[in-house]
Amino acid sequence: MKKKTDIICRAVDVKKTYWRGKVAVEALRGVSFDIKRNAYISIMGPSGSGKSTLVHILSCLDTPTSGEYYLENALVSKYSDEELAKVRNIFFGFIFQSFSLLPRLSALDNVALPLIYRSISKHERIAKAKEIIENVGLADRMLHRPNELSGGECQRVAIARALVNDPKVIFADEPTGNLDSKTGAEIMEIFDHLVDEGNTVVMVTHDVNVAAHARRTVKLKDGLIAND
Amino acid sequence: MLGIIIGVTTVIAILSLIEGLNRTVAEQVKSIGSDLIFLQKFSWVSTGHRDLDKLAGRPDLLPDDAEAITKLSSVEIAIPQTSRQLQILKYKDNEVSNSSVAGSDENYAWVNNYIVESGRDFSRDDVLHRRAVGIIGSYIATNLFPDETAVGKDLHLNGHRIKIIGVFKEKGTFLGNSLDDFILIPYTVFEKFFPRPRGTLWSRVYGGYSIGIKAKDGMKIEETTDQVRELMRRRHGLGFDKEDDFELNTQQILMDLYQSITNVGFIAIVAIAAISLVVGGIGIMNIMLVSVAERTREIGIRKAVGASNNNILAQFLIESIVLALVGGLIGIVFGMLLAWLISAVSPLKASVSFWMILLGFGFSASVGIFFGIYPARRAASLNPIEALRYE
Ligand SMILES: Nc1ncnc2c1ncn2[C@@H]1O[C@H](COP(=O)(O)OP(=O)(O)OP(=O)(O)O)[C@@H](O)[C@H]1O
Ligand SMILES: [Mg+2]
Repeated sequence: MKKKTDIICRAVDVKKTYWRGKVAVEALRGVSFDIKRNAYISIMGPSGSGKSTLVHILSCLDTPTSGEYYLENALVSKYSDEELAKVRNIFFGFIFQSFSLLPRLSALDNVALPLIYRSISKHERIAKAKEIIENVGLADRMLHRPNELSGGECQRVAIARALVNDPKVIFADEPTGNLDSKTGAEIMEIFDHLVDEGNTVVMVTHDVNVAAHARRTVKLKDGLIAND
Repeated sequence: MLGIIIGVTTVIAILSLIEGLNRTVAEQVKSIGSDLIFLQKFSWVSTGHRDLDKLAGRPDLLPDDAEAITKLSSVEIAIPQTSRQLQILKYKDNEVSNSSVAGSDENYAWVNNYIVESGRDFSRDDVLHRRAVGIIGSYIATNLFPDETAVGKDLHLNGHRIKIIGVFKEKGTFLGNSLDDFILIPYTVFEKFFPRPRGTLWSRVYGGYSIGIKAKDGMKIEETTDQVRELMRRRHGLGFDKEDDFELNTQQILMDLYQSITNVGFIAIVAIAAISLVVGGIGIMNIMLVSVAERTREIGIRKAVGASNNNILAQFLIESIVLALVGGLIGIVFGMLLAWLISAVSPLKASVSFWMILLGFGFSASVGIFFGIYPARRAASLNPIEALRYE
């Protein structure tokens, strides 16, 4: 019984088909996948194998064409847009490959962004965002805009933003893809540390060295799990 | 944006001018006195030149009529009055042109709300004995007698000597015309000195007497009007199937005419406002659509971190409302400036009131909402994945 409650996300035979005009692209062809509490998972596979698609579905950014997806035993396909937005807001943190910060906001405001959608007072938002941004080591840069920050710094801001709502799962789609190996290693240290603190991390990567940090590696091929 | 500015500017400017005009006109028309009726051959509002012939054929109104009307139970007093334009009025080296001479009786000042400031009013005897005496308006007094008293001096009208016995207190202007630019003489004298040129249509319609009728206090003006109408029909021997051959003019018909003119003005404003606001609204819609396209990625990011469709909708709707309100604010400022400018260089007086400003804001906010809703919905309905993919 204990084992079951440990599962945060469960995808059952999830398929995703994109339509390019009249041509169907089967990005996922039946994937079953569990994420347990405090897991550290890397997803690998050749380009176009459906890694991003899977992560989008797991993080409720997208919905599967068929199959079921449960969040703590609740069926997600029944959720309204409003509820999905809420799930993304408080359940998940998301880190993208290209730095997905709002260019007109300071690092601090970028980190505080998810809190805006939770009707938290401005004062509390700033306090919380400050705390997190200090944790990722950017205390002295928090009033800078993204274009004044290096790639590694931007990615740390993105991590801080993903963490600001104390998410149950942190998803990262090729978080080190645009970084040199040294900066990438720094980012991976942050991830390792997060998992040590009890967080759950799911990341997509092409880099075997990066994947080696994870405790579990899932390989995708042509929209199917080839190796778990 | 420009459309909204133009729209709100015109609305505010025209509304405040109309409002200002309303006030002056209402004041002026009221100054005629709401208890006064003028019995005349012509109507103040509907006389076109084409029926001048018909009007000229109407029987003259005479001092006898005034006497008969005075006897009516609802009438306080009725007086005959007539006037003629004067070319030039001279005293020593001073002269005034385009003044007029009026003929009436001893009740003229009272009925028309003039006050004799110095000297004395007419007496009954002045009128009955055709004394060549006159009371002058303040304009004539100040221009002809700048440094001496006017009372007691003689003036020459059409070669006839008139002795000034009084000066009226200044009354101001009515619809731009001075009310103090005339000399009043007994109508009996007027008939002698200014015999009516017979023949011309114009003089047959406008040259004779008008009867000024003051209703009794507390009497409904309609009641008095009805009594006078009945009496005049009898005096003119009109059968029940004949139309009136006279007109009863009151301040009310002026107000009615003015109302109908400004109503047209209002319709014009509504049309201008509607067109320019639609143009402005489409402009705003364009700006917002561009903004949505440019910020597709931002929308994707916001959705990814937890913004719902409604959050995004609200964000873009607020932006378009703010945009429209800024336009509206500029328009309000421009409109007030324009109104102020017009009242500075012309006799029109503008009066901006609070409700116009509210109206301006209300209008622009509605435009913002109405034309912002489509871009905002478009933003809200973006798929987060597609939006994130967008470069
Ligand atoms: N919105 C879309 N419309 C059409 N096809 C899509 C769409 N998104 C993804 N695909 C297709 O689905 C397949 C899987 O794409 P996905 O992005 O999941 O691959 P990936 O494993 O993340 O690849 P990469 O390593 O290059 O990021 C690809 O063939 C891709 O072209
Ligand atoms: Mg990918």
